[in-house]
Amino acid sequence: MNFSGAQILLKSLEAEGVDTIFGYPGGSVLDIYDAIFDSDINHYLVRHEQGAAHAADGYARATGKTGVCLATSGPGATNLVTGIANAYMDSVPMVAITGQVGSHLLGKDSFQEADITGITLPITKHSYLVKDVSELPRIIKEAFHIASTGRPGPVLIDIPKDLTVARADYSYPEKVRLKGYKPTFHGHKEQINQAAKAIAEARRPVIFAGGGVIISGAHEELKQLAELILAPVATSMLGIGSFPETHPLALGMIGMHGAKYANYAVTESDLLISIGVRFADRATGKVSAFAPDAKIIHIDIDPAEIGKNVRADIPIVGDARNVLVELIERVQQGMATEWQEKIQEWKKEFPLGCDQAEEGTLKPQYVVKQICEVTQGDAIIATEVGQNQMWAAQHFNFSKPRNFISSGGLGTMGFGLPAAIGAQVGRPGETVFDIAGDGSIQMNVQEMMTAVQYELPVNVAILNNHFLGMVRQWQELFYKRRYSHTDLTCSPDFVKLAEAYGAEGIRVTKVAEVKPALEQAIKSSKPVMLDFVVEREECVFPMVPAGGVLNKMLG
Amino acid sequence: MRHTLAVLVENNPGVLTRVAGLFSRRGFNIDSLSVGRTQNSAISRMTIVVEGDDLILEQVTKQLNKLIDVIKIQDVTQDEYVDRELMLIKVDADPAVRGEIMQIVDIFRARIVDIGRKTLTIEATGDEGKINAIEKSLRPFGIRELVRTGKIVMLRGHKFTAYNQKEED
Ligand SMILES: Cc1ncc(C[n+]2csc(CCOP(=O)(O)OP(=O)(O)O)c2C)c(N)n1
Repeated sequence: MNFSGAQILLKSLEAEGVDTIFGYPGGSVLDIYDAIFDSDINHYLVRHEQGAAHAADGYARATGKTGVCLATSGPGATNLVTGIANAYMDSVPMVAITGQVGSHLLGKDSFQEADITGITLPITKHSYLVKDVSELPRIIKEAFHIASTGRPGPVLIDIPKDLTVARADYSYPEKVRLKGYKPTFHGHKEQINQAAKAIAEARRPVIFAGGGVIISGAHEELKQLAELILAPVATSMLGIGSFPETHPLALGMIGMHGAKYANYAVTESDLLISIGVRFADRATGKVSAFAPDAKIIHIDIDPAEIGKNVRADIPIVGDARNVLVELIERVQQGMATEWQEKIQEWKKEFPLGCDQAEEGTLKPQYVVKQICEVTQGDAIIATEVGQNQMWAAQHFNFSKPRNFISSGGLGTMGFGLPAAIGAQVGRPGETVFDIAGDGSIQMNVQEMMTAVQYELPVNVAILNNHFLGMVRQWQELFYKRRYSHTDLTCSPDFVKLAEAYGAEGIRVTKVAEVKPALEQAIKSSKPVMLDFVVEREECVFPMVPAGGVLNKMLG
Repeated sequence: MRHTLAVLVENNPGVLTRVAGLFSRRGFNIDSLSVGRTQNSAISRMTIVVEGDDLILEQVTKQLNKLIDVIKIQDVTQDEYVDRELMLIKVDADPAVRGEIMQIVDIFRARIVDIGRKTLTIEATGDEGKINAIEKSLRPFGIRELVRTGKIVMLRGHKFTAYNQKEED
């Protein structure tokens, strides 16, 4: 009986190699915080628990490690919920630890009691309510194993306060024994043969790569395959960075705001080699008209994704990297065909452009392009949600995996800043931007204080249109320009706001100021908030209206 | 079409909530669900009857499999199996009709388990068809209360729905 539950928790986390926690204290976790006081683990005090969950998420996406967040019971735990849901939708490995009221108070509507395992049931990969202090090491071992293997996701551990005080011996298990959890890592050989055969027969193949490629670290194999069979590569939004967008075979993102040539290529393909994608509605548009002439190969580690949204002709369950390695061995060098020519023509005819007039109002697309130019495409770009996110996805050329950090499945405004903070913690020394909207940034702007406290030089580039821009765009296009509650003319002075936090604030209104401001921000050792005052009613184009057919785009 | 699933789960708190929650969240319809422990006290077994076409069933099975606490799922619909359900039913039974009720009980090889001044409580076991038939026969007398366990199933012959310890290593 040598250690308290709190000490056992920290020793177990250390045994998992955890060196970073994002958290916020409170009554139920006082003993855990007391143990943190003596620990080597770096704890980052956020200013709102939602920030802790998103920071752990951003940290995980940027590093590939499992992110850890910690909150007290009741409101602390419920403040994590959006962040947990966000990580669940985007398959991000995360362990969320919550304090809980004492065991004898459970179920009595005690002060700061919330049934957080119940609340998060549909948005966690698994969860635990700890019943006995001796279970803690096993539970933590299992939680990290479940969070980080197979299709990753968040796991929640709820620890009643008395168990953080109770004492027990400590030994960390070496193996996990989970009868009901055995992900399939290797693809079925015969299915891989079928895929190779389909590739040999295809005349208009397209590769469709998703977040699964990045998670499994299959980007090199993806490039090999694409270059071998000379297939153009489109990505989902979470797949951005899985294939260098500067590559001649790159098509960029498909879907609602995908490039025309990407959507055309997928629609006219006769073979769609889909890897680590889940065919989300924002990517496919109307499912019945999605890649209508294509045979579909679907490689995914989650069997439940196969056939969920789109029929798969050749399903392969397995880890993307393992499957690609085997597939590459079985395919032949492809030859240049009319298909590649056609795609090059589309790329020339429908480029993702931006018409910035030298003296005119700033265009948001231009600002994103400049961020790409000044950083030479080598920066971590987190985004908020809305037009800012789509412009970042369209106009920054990502050449590496884990550099685009964006809330895909949940579309969470307020994600970008804390995620950028988490990414900067995980990859110090690299340039980090949060490309933001003036609406989204206000949802977790308190985290500027966290960035300042820990000297994390993140750069927030607000594309300030004084609107909830994406919603305004839908109102313009589909609601007769009735701008109901989307005008944000009433907003804080972001330069002063940055300064109030002890960060740097820069306002940019002219084309000539953009580059110097970006250079100044990157050079600064402080967090910087850049307020780019942009064209108010710019729209994101091209656009496939919701439920529309991919190759019928507006704009 | 109705499918019958035999599901082995870890006997953990919350496992029923996880399974039930999954069904409601994904819009799958449960006809019946029964649960109890197996010969191994760490493992419980559920029998779930679910309505849906092949595509829905494929999703049900795959989504259930994703739950960490779910160890094994077997769709036994197409197999040979024994199925049983237990029903308790309390019917109005004036002395004038008691004889008639007892005859029905005999025909179905059910049992009378309690007698009140104006009621009889009957216990019946059998497959779904038989249980439905008893209910129908007793309905004219006036059913006061009725409770069914939902069905449980077991494969016939040398076929098992068991967790194989070897699978663990
Ligand atoms: C938490 C949350 N609330 C509401 C929405 C709905 N929504 C999607 S985009 C958007 C507007 C975002 O505005 P802003 O951050 O200014 O970005 P812009 O589109 O102007 O770039 C809103 C309200 C959301 N995605 N997330």
